[in-house]
Amino acid sequence: MASTTAEPRRPAVGPARRPGFVGWFDPRGRRLGGIAFLVNRITGIGLVVYLYLHLVILALLAQGPTAWDTFIEVALSPPFLALDVILLAGILIHGLNGIRVGLVGLGLVASRQRALFVALMAIAALVALAGGLRIFTAG
Amino acid sequence: MTETAPALRTTRFVVSRRKEGDDPGALRYDTYDVAVGPRTTILDALVAIRRHLDPGLTFRHSCFHASCGTCGMRVDGREGLACVTPVPSGAEVVVEPLANLPVVSDLVVDMEVFYEAFDEAGRPLVRASESVPGSTPAEGIEELERYEDCIECGICLSACPVAGSDPRYVGPAALAAAWRVVEEPRGRDPGPVVRLMDDEQAAWRCHLAWECSEACPSGVDPATAIMRIRRSAASARARRLFSFGGTR
Repeated sequence: MASTTAEPRRPAVGPARRPGFVGWFDPRGRRLGGIAFLVNRITGIGLVVYLYLHLVILALLAQGPTAWDTFIEVALSPPFLALDVILLAGILIHGLNGIRVGLVGLGLVASRQRALFVALMAIAALVALAGGLRIFTAG
Repeated sequence: MTETAPALRTTRFVVSRRKEGDDPGALRYDTYDVAVGPRTTILDALVAIRRHLDPGLTFRHSCFHASCGTCGMRVDGREGLACVTPVPSGAEVVVEPLANLPVVSDLVVDMEVFYEAFDEAGRPLVRASESVPGSTPAEGIEELERYEDCIECGICLSACPVAGSDPRYVGPAALAAAWRVVEEPRGRDPGPVVRLMDDEQAAWRCHLAWECSEACPSGVDPATAIMRIRRSAASARARRLFSFGGTR
């Protein structure tokens, strides 16, 4: 430690991570468990939004075959299929991490939570990859 | 043998400056350029800032060797003890007070809420079950005692995202202390402590981010303790459920 040079009293940057609910979604400074916490919330909210979208789309059935057929054409387009892959990944991540949360949360494998998260996310990635290939290549 | 002095570099310290009663949304940071070496810690730099640049900068410290737990703060968003946290290699470092506790002044937070939570757990600060392996107590001392690893620095509470969104949460440190009572009751009935922690704002409020255990500078692992409280509480509930009105 040695000398210092002065440049005090100058406003600078914002906080590294905001407190409260907003801070849940800020990955800066988070470790693996915190990333798991963050990912579970993002996928959870995403799946709830999907559920409502799904109900809205099912309502097209009430508008007759034309409306439904038009939607199916859109649903088979590559951008929509990419959304299907994202949905599959979200389900896998949330579901498999949910198993980890359930096991660890009851104190069953608490000391192995990091390894469990890595292993389950590896499974999620592999299944999402296989599912993605299947979605894009199925006739 | 002569030693050459290590090369110094200049790091810009961006330090949070707030006082008790300030609008929580009104953020203010001051910057200070400090010459640092490879072994300079955050606390070294803060002491230099206060000594040479800004006597009004407030922070708390005592032992300089990670034992007193008073210099907990956030460095680039990550909690640590300033006395053993080296200055990062980047050109700029952001230093902020611990989160989830009210700021008294600059980097000093009010620890009262944090300490109060310990009282409920019975403050089990000395381990009776362990002694230092291979050690020989000095003459006149019957045996060596090993103190609890928790140094009550508040870092776990700051790192916890749940504590950040719900101040009613008891917090990781108090729950870890409660588990110590269960592990080592020393003649006490641990039942009341388990029942106290078997609450939606205690053990069941944890959402398993594991940040407390990762951030703890003493290796206390509060998250695992919380999960063990849960297991213990769940077992007790199951026993009560299937005891058909037996002993509660």
